[in-house]
Amino acid sequence: MPGVSDIVWSERDTTPGAIEAALRAMLKERHAENASYVPARTLNLVCVVDREWSGEIANRLRRVGRYHAGRTIVCSVQPRRTSLDAVATIAADVAPRPGEFALLRETVVVEVGEQHLTHLESVVDPLVVTDLPTVVWSPHGHPEAVRALLALAQVVLLDSIDEPDPRDGLRRAAELTDDAYVVDLAWLRSTPWRERVAATFDPPHLRAELQTITAVTVRHEPASGAAALLLIGWLASRLEWAPGPLMTHDGGALVGSAHGRRQDVRLRLEPDPGLDVRGLAGLTLETASGRWLSLDRGPGGLHAHYRNAKGDERRWTVLGASRGESGILGEGIRQSFLRDPTYGPALTAANALAGASAQA
Amino acid sequence: MTVAEAPNPLVEGLERLPVHPTTLVIFGAAGDLAKRKLLPALYNLAHEGALPERFNLIGVSRGEMPDGEFRSMAIDAVRQFSRRPPDEQVLEKLFASSRYVTGTFDDPAAYGALQAALDEFDSDANQRLNRCFYLSTAPQFFPVIVEQLGQAGLNRLEGAEVRVIIEKPFGTTLAEAVTLNHVVLGTFRERQVFRIDHYLGKETVQNLMALRFANGMFEPLWNRNYIDHVQITAAEDIGIGSRAGYYDAAGALRDLIQNHMMQLLCHVAMEPPVDFSANEVRNEKVKVLHSIPEPTPADIAAMAVRAQYASGTVGGEEVPGYLAEEGVPADSNTETFAAVRLEVDNWRWAGVPFYLRTGKRLARKVTEIAVTLKPVPHLGFVQDGSVGVRPNQLILTMQPNEGVSLSLAAKIPGARMRIRPVNMEFLYGTTFVSQSPEAYERLIMDAMRGDATLFTRNDEVEAQWRICDPIVTSWEATPGPLPQYAAGSQGPAEIASIMHGDDAWRTI
Repeated sequence: MPGVSDIVWSERDTTPGAIEAALRAMLKERHAENASYVPARTLNLVCVVDREWSGEIANRLRRVGRYHAGRTIVCSVQPRRTSLDAVATIAADVAPRPGEFALLRETVVVEVGEQHLTHLESVVDPLVVTDLPTVVWSPHGHPEAVRALLALAQVVLLDSIDEPDPRDGLRRAAELTDDAYVVDLAWLRSTPWRERVAATFDPPHLRAELQTITAVTVRHEPASGAAALLLIGWLASRLEWAPGPLMTHDGGALVGSAHGRRQDVRLRLEPDPGLDVRGLAGLTLETASGRWLSLDRGPGGLHAHYRNAKGDERRWTVLGASRGESGILGEGIRQSFLRDPTYGPALTAANALAGASAQA
Repeated sequence: MTVAEAPNPLVEGLERLPVHPTTLVIFGAAGDLAKRKLLPALYNLAHEGALPERFNLIGVSRGEMPDGEFRSMAIDAVRQFSRRPPDEQVLEKLFASSRYVTGTFDDPAAYGALQAALDEFDSDANQRLNRCFYLSTAPQFFPVIVEQLGQAGLNRLEGAEVRVIIEKPFGTTLAEAVTLNHVVLGTFRERQVFRIDHYLGKETVQNLMALRFANGMFEPLWNRNYIDHVQITAAEDIGIGSRAGYYDAAGALRDLIQNHMMQLLCHVAMEPPVDFSANEVRNEKVKVLHSIPEPTPADIAAMAVRAQYASGTVGGEEVPGYLAEEGVPADSNTETFAAVRLEVDNWRWAGVPFYLRTGKRLARKVTEIAVTLKPVPHLGFVQDGSVGVRPNQLILTMQPNEGVSLSLAAKIPGARMRIRPVNMEFLYGTTFVSQSPEAYERLIMDAMRGDATLFTRNDEVEAQWRICDPIVTSWEATPGPLPQYAAGSQGPAEIASIMHGDDAWRTI
C-alpha cells in the first residue's frame, strides 16, 4: 500500500554510509516540513530475499497491517552483483491530523550480490536503528547471510515448514535457537489449537485427565508437517512424554508413540490434501476414560466434536477468524517482542519425533 | 493435593489464558452502550478467538423483540461500531444462538424466563456454565435488577461462578453509593461484583503502573522532596452532544472527577503494591483516597471551581453555549467545567497539591497527568536573553497521543550559555506495533475470568464519594448563575484562584 506522501532516494553503486546519511536527511526534511511526522521506532526488520521473488515478499510485508516494522531493510540478492544499489523510502500511511502525529516508516531496499552475504552485517549494521530490536527474516534460505546477521540481530523469524522436509526445517530452527530467539511461523499457526486444548482441560476436574491421554492425531496441510510435529512436541514437552521417532505409514501418515507417565500415547500425523492453506487441519485427542475430542478447521472458527465414555456427543464452534498468511507474518513480527518459554522444549520434542537430532 | 488443585501445564506460555465457558446476560441489551461498545467488544473478542470456547449471550430489555430480531440488531451494531471490519462467518456464529428476554426489570416473570434460558444453555452444554450479568441500564435500575436476581435465586449457582458487572455511575451521591453497595452486597459477595470504570481498562492507565513500578529512575523522585505539584487534566473539545438528559443531571464533577480522575490520582499517588493482584492494588488505591481530607464547607470556595461554557468558536466554527444546547434547561446550574485542588496527607505526598480539572468545549481534547518537579536549588546560569531554566515536568499523556514527555533544560547552540526547555518524547504509537484493545474488551474478559484488578471495589467507590460529596452538596446549595468560559478556550479565569503560590495551569 503506497503511503500518502512518500519521499524516495536512490543511488547506484552506493555505500551503507551514504544510505544512512540519506535516511537521516529525509527524516529531517520530513520533520521540518511538519513536526507531526514522527518515525516509527518499533523494530528493525532485515529481510534477505532472492531478487526474482522480492515482489512476492514485498506483497506479504505490505499486508501485515498494523504490524509493520519501523525500519525494514530488504537485502535483495542477485547472484553476480558486485556493487550495492539502494532505494530508500520514507512513507506515512496518513497525513497528520491537528494535535496528533503521523507515523513514518522507512524502507531500504539494497541490491546485494552473493559475495556480500557472508559479511552482510557490514552492509546492514549502519542501516539499523541503534537500540531497537533487530529481526532477521530470510525466507529464501541464504543461511550464510543469517549467520552473518546474528552478530547484530536478537531475533530470527523463520517458517519451519518452508523446508520441503520437516526434519530440515526443525533442525534449522533448533540450530538457530542457540544464538537468537526464534519466532517460528509454523509454531504461531498452532496457537489457536494450543489454546483450545489447554482450555478443554482447564476445568479443575478435567486436569487430571491430561495424564490419561492415550492417542493424539493431528491432520495437516501436506507441506505443513513441521507445524503438526510442533503441536505434538508441545503436548509431549508440557505433559512430560518421552517421544520416539515417528515412522512413515500408510498414505504418507507418520505414526509412532510417546511414553507417558501412566501409559503410552499413540501418535499419528495425517496429511490432509483437502486443506489448501498452510498449517493444521484438525486434531483428535482420546483419553483412557473414553473421552474423545476432535477440533477441525471450519468457517467461523474451530469445529469441536466431543464424546464421552457413555457415548454422549456434543458439537459446537469455537469462534475465531482466520488470520491468513499475512496475519501470521504480522503476528510473527509482534512476537519478536515476546519470549515464549514453551517453544524451545516443543521444538526439542518435535525434533525427537521427526528423528532429527536437535544437535547441529 | 486434591484433583481440583492440580495445575494445568498447558497454559504455560499462552498469552490468552482459558476462560471458563460462560453465558453473558446484558440488561439493557437494546441500549446505546450495548450497541456502541458491548456488542462490538464481544465481536472483537470472538474474532481473536478470545471468548470462552462455550459462549452464549442473552439480551434483556423492556422492548418486545423476538430472538431473531435481537440477533439482527446485534449484527448491525457490530457492523456499524466494530473497530475492525467483521468476518461475516464469525459474526453470524457469534450471535446464532443468542436469546432475548423481554420484560421490565422489576418483573419477576422476566427473571423466570431468564432462568429458563440460562438453564437451557447449561443443558445444551451438558455442564454448568458461569453466568455474568452485565447491568448496562439507567442507574436507577441497578438495585432493582440486583434484588430481582437475588429473589430469583440467580445470584448463586452450584458448580459455577456467578458475577455481576455494574456500569457507572455507581450512585450520584455518597448516600446513594452506600445504599447501592448495601443492596448489591446483600445479594452478591464482593468477589462477585465488578464495578466498571472503563478508564481502568485503558492501556494508558495500566501503562502508568508500568512506568512507575517497572522503572527505577522515577521512584526516588516520586515524593514531596522532589515533586512540586501534580496536574491531572481531562479536557474535551466537544460539547454535550445528545447527552443533555444525562449530563445536566450529572455535571463535570460527577461525570469525570469522582471516578476516572480520582482513579488517575490514585495511580499517581499509590504506594507500590506487594503484587498486582486485585486486592493488593485496590488496597493501595483506597489508602490514597483515605489520605485525602474530606473537604469542609468552608474549604470549598478555595479548593474547587465550576463553570459553564458560553458560546464561542471551536475549530473555526461558531458553537452555542451550554444553556442553548438542545435539552438543557435555560436556568441550569450544571457545571460543564470543574477543577479541584486536593491534598494527599501522607508521608510521601504531604504538602504536594494535586490539581484536577475537566471540562467540555475546551481548546482541545487531551487527557494528561503533569508532574512538576521542584526547581533546582541554585541557578548559576544567566537567565537573560532566553526563556531560562524551568522546573522539569514529566507529562504522561493518556490521549490522544499516548506517551511520556520529559521537559529538560538544554543549552541553546551558540557562544553564550543560554538555556531553554526541551522535550524528551516517548510515544507509545511509535514504539509498539500492537493496537490497543478497546477498554470494554479487556474489562469483559477480566470479569468473565474473575479478575477484579481493573474494577472498583466497594470501599473505593465510597472513598471517592466521601471526597466529592461535600463539593456536590455545596454547589447544589449555591445558586447560579455559574461563571462562564468561552467555548474553545482554556476554561474560566476563576480556575487560577485554587492554585497555590506560583503554581500555574498548563496550557490545554
